[in-house]
Amino acid sequence: MNPRDIIARFEPRQDNLLNMLHALQDSHPENYITSDAMDEVARYLNMTKSSVFGVVDYYSMFSLRPRGRYIIRVCVSPVCHIKKAGSIISHLENILGIKTGETTPDKLFTLEIAECLGQCQEAPSMMINQKVYNNLTDVRIREIIALYK
Amino acid sequence: MIKETRLTLQNIGKINPESIDDYIAAGGYEGLEKALAMDPFSIIDEMLEAGLRGRGGAGFSTGMKQKFTSKSCQACPQRYVVVNADEGEPGTFKDRIIMEQDPHLYLEGTIIAARSIRATHGFIYIRGEYYTCIARTQKAIDDAYSRGFLGKNILGSGFNFDVEIRLGAGSYLCGEELTMLESLEGKRGNPRIKPPFPAEKGIFGAPTLVNNVETLANVPLILRNGKEWYRGYGTERSPGTKIFTVSGQVNKPGYYELELGVTLRQIIDDLCGGMLEGKPFKAALLGGAAGTFVDASMLDERMTYDNLKEKGATLGSGAVIVMAEEDSVYEVLHSCLRFFKHESCGKCVPCRVGTTLMVKDLEKLQNGIQDKEALVQKLVKDSKMIAATSLCPLGQSPVLPMESAARYFMKELVKV
Repeated sequence: MNPRDIIARFEPRQDNLLNMLHALQDSHPENYITSDAMDEVARYLNMTKSSVFGVVDYYSMFSLRPRGRYIIRVCVSPVCHIKKAGSIISHLENILGIKTGETTPDKLFTLEIAECLGQCQEAPSMMINQKVYNNLTDVRIREIIALYK
Repeated sequence: MIKETRLTLQNIGKINPESIDDYIAAGGYEGLEKALAMDPFSIIDEMLEAGLRGRGGAGFSTGMKQKFTSKSCQACPQRYVVVNADEGEPGTFKDRIIMEQDPHLYLEGTIIAARSIRATHGFIYIRGEYYTCIARTQKAIDDAYSRGFLGKNILGSGFNFDVEIRLGAGSYLCGEELTMLESLEGKRGNPRIKPPFPAEKGIFGAPTLVNNVETLANVPLILRNGKEWYRGYGTERSPGTKIFTVSGQVNKPGYYELELGVTLRQIIDDLCGGMLEGKPFKAALLGGAAGTFVDASMLDERMTYDNLKEKGATLGSGAVIVMAEEDSVYEVLHSCLRFFKHESCGKCVPCRVGTTLMVKDLEKLQNGIQDKEALVQKLVKDSKMIAATSLCPLGQSPVLPMESAARYFMKELVKV
């Protein structure tokens, strides 16, 4: 779906901006907000492109750069930290062969860190796109990643 | 041996969260029916007399908030209700449980709150990562419209109210009420100067009532059962229950709804099955990253808003992060400070620069600095300075874990 059609589903009010940006990003195969999409949004909401850019840039769930099809977000907040989230990240970096913040060459995975995902009773936790995975162990992570390959 | 007192969580596991019929069969929307038969000011009086206090962390009187919002700017054509569902305080997941398992409960509370201040429009601001909460709340809204609990002329009362979901996008700061309003207006999440408070000038400049999900979940129950019933739980100054979310080194981490006034030891031993693998207790971080460390000397203190405040601790959002002897206070403190550095919006220089410098300075403890105690004291001083010179609660937060860690765990910090 092209950006214009997605944007047209919303009323042209600035308070719809975040919902609109989520819809644009989610519909893009590379999980990011393109420059063209920002042009369309700016025109539709009668904003400057720089203000739209400022909003996209501010929020950590939005990306200005292409990412993989699956975004892995590992929680690093205090509870997950106690439950050894650090080793989860290095394990993922090893399996995927990338550093945190990078995308695999096949454009399948992007590895990111996230703040508290609210799953603390079953820490450590991560999300892959919209799905939450808890009680992570090295073995479990290997199994989970295999599901997406 | 204490037990849970489930009021706001009474339907959890008993009803299908996607079925409005289940919710109605469990007494749902009775509170709303009662509210619609009352004068809006009487609803506020009911909340004031029940003594309900905000469950988002600050513990401010819900009735007072409603009263201010209801009375400000009589000439304003529009008032709003905003539901703060942007749960993001580390260690906190109480609102998620309500939204996932009993979404109609807080939706009903939202409609009653709207009626109390005569608002005709509301927004539910849910954090973007809470996909299940978003889907279940949307289903609840759709079903409530189809049954006449939302929309025009609700249940024939002449009261109109519409509500929409707005998504957050990964900013902790947007859980702060004034910043949330900026975000709702489609802007960067920079905090506003207050006053004016949302009750005077909220979203789109109109009087706005901002309430947390758990707070709103109490509202229908108070209307349905009455203020005396509600006051039968908890303490005189902290009536009712609070959902605690316990995580870390205990056998049964999870969410527990308790009357205010229980102790930390009761939570750990009676509810959470004791420390994990019988490890010795070392510390708890109460209230999340923007919370306070306590040591074993606080295990038998009553956990109410006021008692903990007197003792220099905080109840906050109800997060209880339990640490065992083997866990490093330094590392958890580092994780908290790193969190603030990451979430600082950058508007106030002392917070933007200060949170970064605090992380760097704290790391010097690991790099063989000579006078470690002086360094920790400097960090406490810096955190106070940042708190005093920053606009919003984010800049005012690092002092909480920093000062309490220094108070209880100086001996450990100087040995890092």
